[in-house]
Amino acid sequence: MKKILIIVPAFNEAENISRVIHRLYDENRDWDILVINDASEDNTSRLARDTGKITAVIDLPFNLGIGGCVQTGFRYARDNGYDITLQFDGDGQHNAEEIRKLLDLVISGEADVAIGSRFSEKHDGFKSSVYRRIGIRIFEWFSFMLIRQRITDHTSGFRAYNRKAIKFLADYYPSDYPEPEVVILLGRNGFRIRETFTQMHERQGGVSSIPLSKGPYYMIKVMLAMFMSSIRSKTYRNE
Amino acid sequence: MNKEVSLIAQNIQTTQYIAIAVSLGLFLYILYLVRKKKIKEEYSLLWLFSSIVFIFFSIWRDGLEYFAKLVGIAYPPAALFLILMLAIFLILIEFSIIISRHSEETKILAQEIALLKNRIEMSESGKKAQNTIRKDDLGDVEPVDEPVG
Repeated sequence: MKKILIIVPAFNEAENISRVIHRLYDENRDWDILVINDASEDNTSRLARDTGKITAVIDLPFNLGIGGCVQTGFRYARDNGYDITLQFDGDGQHNAEEIRKLLDLVISGEADVAIGSRFSEKHDGFKSSVYRRIGIRIFEWFSFMLIRQRITDHTSGFRAYNRKAIKFLADYYPSDYPEPEVVILLGRNGFRIRETFTQMHERQGGVSSIPLSKGPYYMIKVMLAMFMSSIRSKTYRNE
Repeated sequence: MNKEVSLIAQNIQTTQYIAIAVSLGLFLYILYLVRKKKIKEEYSLLWLFSSIVFIFFSIWRDGLEYFAKLVGIAYPPAALFLILMLAIFLILIEFSIIISRHSEETKILAQEIALLKNRIEMSESGKKAQNTIRKDDLGDVEPVDEPVG
């Protein structure tokens, strides 16, 4: 039986955190749930503990951002001997029923990393504008140039990793634009990445983090970061 | 005409004195800071090195003129600015390197502290669990049929 850890990064998620934890717990009770509280200003940590259904809450002393936050989870997973970790965002945009799909890809050995993609199939689940689709295409082409693997959704945080990837990412987790950079970093170091289509909920309240006017600027920054990741020398040492 | 030339020459002389005084002052100030441990030795090297270069060129003006000619600068003091800017660039790049290293180290520290806090929390609650009465602790306690009091 594989030891599985669900990493839930949370920053000011008091509204969603208990619901997210209950959903995960109801889905499968064998999974260990780890909440990483990225120095929230609200009572995210308290609420997570109060559910009584989680393995641990890690409270970071100050805000590290999503990269440093998730990396803490990888360190925990490495030190506690987990075989597989799955990142599941604390804001409730991921579907607990779809976790199995990602885990299966990793458990079967088909992939070192499985990514839940919003764009790998033509569904209407995630409304996207023409501009957005163009952006997605550009990313897909750009990362294919760098790592020769087809990835459609670089910004998805819904991912499962095997032990090899856990050990690698515990030491080398990027912090600027972690999701796309991790794809490149892993691809360059010979990890096999597979995608599977997953539905994602629209953000509840608030607006997209990337306004249309800033889209091209964002893309250039991310592509630069991806390129930088790719020119770093291969870091993985076989143990 | 002659008077004017000599006036300029005198001005250049004054400028040189100022340049020597300033770069010497800079050098001594850095030394002082290192001595007082306000700057660590490893971070002072680039400062000391560049202030020595400034002193060197402000004393040996022919050297500056030679250098200016070498890189094709018509006005020798402009060459001094070039050297100055290069030195500042180098120092700033070194700062960026140090800042990046520190932020990486701070991040790792924060993560390790958080993980350790969790371990302490776990072992404390584990101890509590051990402190609660276990079956074998009750070996020499007479069972009470009715609640006392």
